[in-house]
Amino acid sequence: MYNSEISLVLAPVAFIISLAASSNCLEGSPEAGNQIYASCIACHSPERNRTGPRHCGLFGRKSGSVSGFEYSTAMREASIIWNTETLDRFLESPLTIVPGTTMGFAGIKDDKKRQDLIAYLKSVSDSPGICVNNR
Amino acid sequence: MSILKPEQPGLLEETAINSRRKFLLQAGTATFSATAIALLGGCNSKAISAETNDAASQDVRILNTAISAEHEAVAAYQLGAESGLLQAGILKVAVQFQGHHKEHIEALAKAVKSLGGNPAEAKKDYSFPVEKLKRQSDVLEFAAGLERGAVSAYAGAIPVFGNRDLSAAAASILADEAMHWAVLRNVLGLDPVPGAFFS
Repeated sequence: MYNSEISLVLAPVAFIISLAASSNCLEGSPEAGNQIYASCIACHSPERNRTGPRHCGLFGRKSGSVSGFEYSTAMREASIIWNTETLDRFLESPLTIVPGTTMGFAGIKDDKKRQDLIAYLKSVSDSPGICVNNR
Repeated sequence: MSILKPEQPGLLEETAINSRRKFLLQAGTATFSATAIALLGGCNSKAISAETNDAASQDVRILNTAISAEHEAVAAYQLGAESGLLQAGILKVAVQFQGHHKEHIEALAKAVKSLGGNPAEAKKDYSFPVEKLKRQSDVLEFAAGLERGAVSAYAGAIPVFGNRDLSAAAASILADEAMHWAVLRNVLGLDPVPGAFFS
């Protein structure tokens, strides 16, 4: 009885701790993310539309809205605003978040790697050196 | 054994067709309850075809993304070959690698067609960072980056194919891209195999 009471008390605490440790609370490293971005460059680049759309200006942009890039219908209609939270969910499992996307990629399951990549994407998104004419 | 040799042009296509048959059977089994319910409503064929079409459509989209990236790789090697920056021996290898990418396109396109899709076409123009390619090493670093990215792209695609035989075919291509990457790194004076695992 006593143990079950402790469990009832501790369960919400454990839930709060797990939330605190969730991916959204990890601090991403742009430098580490730059290394992870090497795995994206078969299809993406910061400043150019390639097989995938460019990443300049990504943060705050609506999904499927880069001019000159031909998106899947699914991505055009997804109506996602890209930010840390939406990118975190999408990059974990693109095909689950946007079924029908042409980004046929299993996703990055490691929370820290995702946060690092997002930190890099954010640094690139606003980079005047790379993205001044490519947003 | 490469499944992508020109003398075996139908193998990947055949694999896709056979796997589609297997997949249709598996899908029919897996969705039995839903199918049974749908049958009672007189619409079982729609229930089956909707699921199998979704899986096949996703496979076609993944294959076409791969084809688009392969087309870009062919164009990138063409740019390198015409740059005048590559020594004769290096140029020969670059052209050989370009030929591999063309073979990948051919095999992937046949798989797309076998699944009822239309293969992605090459773009008329590609935007490459030409201004950064001043020396042979610049060209090789650029090519190595694309090859490394391709390995990641195939590694990320392999788990999400509905058709597991397409995963096996993609793994075969991945291995080829990884060899390209290792050779290019070696020529650049880098460790050709920088780790036991790739991520």
